[in-house]
Parts: sequence; structure tokens; C-alpha cells
Amino acid sequence: MLPTHSLQPHPIADIPRLQRAARKLRRHMLTMAAGKGQGYIGQGLGFADILAALYFHEMKHDPQNPGWEDRDRFILSTGHYSIALWAALVEIGVLSADELAQYGADGSRLEMSTLDSTPGVEMTGGSLGHGLGQGVGMALGLRLAGKSSRVFVELSDGELQEGSTWEAAMAAAHFKLDGLVAVIDCNSIQADGPIVLNIEPVAEKWRAFGWLTTEIDGNNMQQIIAALHAVRRETDQPKAIVARTVPGKGVPCIERCEKAHFLNVTHIDWEDAIRELEAQHD
Amino acid sequence: MTKPGQTTAMGVPELAEGYPEVSAPFGEALVNVGRQNPKVIGLTADLGKYTDILSFAAAFPERYFNVGMAEQNLIGIAAGLARTGFVPFCTTYCVFATRRAYDFIAIGCALSRTNVKIIAGLPGLTTGYGGTHQGIEDLALMRAMPNLTVIDPCDATEIAQATAVIADYDGPVYMRLLRGRVPVVLDPVTYRFEIGKARLLRKGTDVAFISTGLMTQRTLEAAAQLANDGVSAAVLHVSTLKPFDREAVLSLIERVPRVITAENHVTTGGLASAVADAATDAGLRLRLKRVGIPDCFCECGSLPYLAKRYQMDTASIVAAARTVLEEEPVLPAAVA
Repeated sequence: MLPTHSLQPHPIADIPRLQRAARKLRRHMLTMAAGKGQGYIGQGLGFADILAALYFHEMKHDPQNPGWEDRDRFILSTGHYSIALWAALVEIGVLSADELAQYGADGSRLEMSTLDSTPGVEMTGGSLGHGLGQGVGMALGLRLAGKSSRVFVELSDGELQEGSTWEAAMAAAHFKLDGLVAVIDCNSIQADGPIVLNIEPVAEKWRAFGWLTTEIDGNNMQQIIAALHAVRRETDQPKAIVARTVPGKGVPCIERCEKAHFLNVTHIDWEDAIRELEAQHD
Repeated sequence: MTKPGQTTAMGVPELAEGYPEVSAPFGEALVNVGRQNPKVIGLTADLGKYTDILSFAAAFPERYFNVGMAEQNLIGIAAGLARTGFVPFCTTYCVFATRRAYDFIAIGCALSRTNVKIIAGLPGLTTGYGGTHQGIEDLALMRAMPNLTVIDPCDATEIAQATAVIADYDGPVYMRLLRGRVPVVLDPVTYRFEIGKARLLRKGTDVAFISTGLMTQRTLEAAAQLANDGVSAAVLHVSTLKPFDREAVLSLIERVPRVITAENHVTTGGLASAVADAATDAGLRLRLKRVGIPDCFCECGSLPYLAKRYQMDTASIVAAARTVLEEEPVLPAAVA
């Protein structure tokens, strides 16, 4: 476990440290997927860098008190990315590493999709198109309560096909929710395979809806940090980060897999996968 | 142009001639609740004028949000507000809340047990706008959802009381709304609404009316008419469909097994089904006649025309009681 758990965002980014954190998250994810033999590992690995930047740099949170009322909120709108959130919650110390082997097991609270009864989970996910609307409600509530806390909402590119996402996008701009940050994970896959209904141009859509929007390589820590710092700017707009990511990032044998939404990874040698990940030290 | 706090909504007085009326009882009650609890928020999806919430908007403009024609987002925002400690009351119509936002209520409110109150206008045949606007199957849909409390109030008295009660209750609630000029049927001094409690409004020995929502006004009228002919009719008002007051219903059926259910809703999945389920599970035999909307979408038309057309007016309820009275007595269960 990394030693630093900040209650406030770090003023200066330690890029190598954050890259190491991302690698630890990936390692936890491999442990979970190996135990279960399947899962949404591709998406989790692709989103690891952004999660590391959020939990180890940008968000204020207190692992000793996950319900701290002044915390920044992180909503995982795609509940099936739970494998990534469990990794982050283990790494910050909210959940125990011993539980990783229980990912997706009967009776486990580390479900294949998030439930808000597990500590550190802000919203029950799984049905897509819910996260941004609840994020709008939380941002409104925090503003009404006089809190400076921000709300970070992860969305997927496939989720942009849900009409409710745009209902929420319109409302966020209308209500001038400057403390709301949408991070759109564009990994170009959805349940039926490569994006089945064109959603481009993504960034232009968010700009047209009134969001302060930036587009980055979501697996490049420098760019992630630059984008997170840019959206600290106090405008009266909500903020969107369009992050292009590679499913399976960091584990070449999974990157090379068919770009599948749900990976049944029986043919993967997990020992090899872990060796591949650990070979990528800087 | 509507003045702040004023409602332009059509009410249901044409269905309740001769009763005193209260204007916008929900809105007035919500203002009182808002005064006592600064965490109460008003939300609507472009139906503020038509769901009696404008008086709250006028009293607490900083706590009122109109999210536009976006019912999924209405519920999503309400769930998010609830997660930050607020008590959102969101208004729309039954049809939009249930048909359009069902998944959002299921996941954001019921599964997560967030403290969201959904106030749904135009229940059943309280509008002549036809199948797009008449919420005829909402109770069935909402009753099937775990964790959700489902309420169908009778009149202005009950709406006012229930608004205050659900504001204090920590959990998701779906409540049907009667809007505009709403009749007073229940005595505000003696009637007490409680979540999950049915009220025996009239004792009787020959026939039992079990009714919900505005239909209780008509079962009370039917019982009074039957009394003139020497028929003793009980009226049990079940305003909470879920949790269902099984004990009160079974206790009445045991004593009076000739039963007429009356609901402003299709006769499957709502009150009649709940009564039949309870009786069957308890092994009670009964003669049951269901008053309500048959398995169809309804016509456009005036409210008295529709009530008569679908045999839901007081005269039809009296006729249903007479049919049940003519049936063979209920035999005790055969001993194996």
C-alpha cells in the first residue's frame, strides 16, 4: 500500500509515484480476475491511470472515514468497472487486500457490479445512464449545503448513447454546477463489440452542451494531471474530460485480446500477465 | 400568467359535488413541511403549475428546481440530493414517473433506499386526456418494486397529512396526487394517516368495501345508499398499498366475506390483487367483485362520463354490492 493518503489534493503531481500507484491498481485487478477467471478486466486496466490520479492526487478523501461529509465524491457510473474501484479502495486502505480473492464470489461484497452498501461506493451502478444524473443531484446538494466538495463522475463512451446522460448534461450546465467533473472513458468498446452507434465527435458534444471540455490520452499520466489541474479552474461551468483509453492497458497479452466487453479469460496465463505488468518498471 | 403560488391545474371537483374543497392541499402541506425542515427540496419536470408545487416554489425559491421535460433526470437528481442529506419531493405525472423513469426509481431510489419522495399526478381516471396521461397501471408497477412505499390518498385531508408523514419517513415513497381543488371527504379532526395502516371508516356486516384513493369517497357514498335499503356495508380505506395492511384486510374479510374492492386503477396488480393474495395466502374464502379499470387503455372524455363508462361511479359500486349480496354464501373450507 502506498503511504500517502491525502485529505486535500496534492498541489504538485509526482508523476512517477502516480504511475506506480496505477501499476498497483492493475496488479490488484489481475489478482481479482485471476481468482474469478473472468471479468471486466479490460475496462479496469484501461481506467487505472485516471483512478490512480483521482485517488492519489486530485480528490480530497479520508480512508479512515469513507463517509466524511466534506469528501469529494467519485461516482463510477459504469458499475461493471467495479474491478477498478475495488483495486483503488484496497490501495487507499478502505477495503482489505485479503478480499481481492473474493471478487465476484458468492456472498462477497466485491461484486462484479458496484453496490453502495460496500464502503467507499457512492452509488449503486450497473444500469447505465444513471451516474451523471445522480452526480448532478449530489453537486446541487453539496452547493446547497455550502460545501466546496466536488463530484467526479466516470462515464463510458457507450453510455453516451443513453438519453438520460444528455438530460443530466443539459441540467448540469443550466444549474452552473462548476464543482461537477465528468470523466468520459472512451475505450471504443461496448457490449456488442466496437462502438456500434457513432458517438463522435464526443468533445464537441460536451462543449455544445455548455461544459468546459478537454480531451486527453487517458493512459498518459502527464496529460491526466494537466487536465485535472485545468478543471480546477473556477468557471461557472461543469467540466468534462474526454479520456481516450486502451482496454487492457499495461498488460500486453490482454491488450492483444479481442476487444471484448466481458472477458472470459480462461486462455490467459495469469502468471504471464502479472510478469508482463511487472516488467514495465520505469 | 400564473401568479406565484397559484395553481392552474384542473382539479377533481366535478367528481365530488357537494363536498367542501381545499385548493392545492399538497402544495400547502409541502410549504409547512419546508418551514419545519430546511432539507426539504422541491423538484419538478416542467409540471410545476400542474402538480400544485408552485406555492413551495414561491416560499422557497432557493430550494426549488425545475429540471425540464426529463423525468429520468428528475429522479436521478433527486437520488443525488438525497445522498447529500436532502429530502427531495419530485413531482410529475404517474405515467411519466412510472413508464418513463422506472429504472431510475428502481436503482436510484428503491434499491439504494434513498430518501426520495415521488409525487405523481393524474392517477387513473382523473384526466380525460386518454391513454397517454391516465396512470392506470402505476400501482401495480410500483407495488412490485422492493423497498418502495406506495400511497394512494383519498382526499385533501389525507394528502395534507401524508405529505407531512412521508417527509419524516426515511425512505423512498411513491404517492399519487390529487391536484387543484380537491374535495374533503375525511374529517381532518378525527382521521389520522399512518404509513401501512388501513382505516375502517364505516362498520358493516352484510358487505365489505375495501377501497383506495379517491374511490373511498364513492364507497362511502355507496355504503350510505345501501344503508337506506337496510344493507349494512363496511368501508375499509387502504391508502397505503405497500406495505399492505394485511391484518386489517383479513380481519374484515373473516367477519364479512362478501367483498367489493374499488380502485382508480386496473383491477390486476393493484388493490384487488393485494386483497386476493392476502385472502388466498391465509386460506380465507370470499366472494370478491372488483371495481376498477378493466384490462384496457381508456377513452378520452369528461370525468363523470369515464367513471360511468368503466363502471367506477357510485351507482356502479352499489350495483356491484348487490351482485355480491345475491351470490351463494361462502362455504367454510372443506375439511380434508
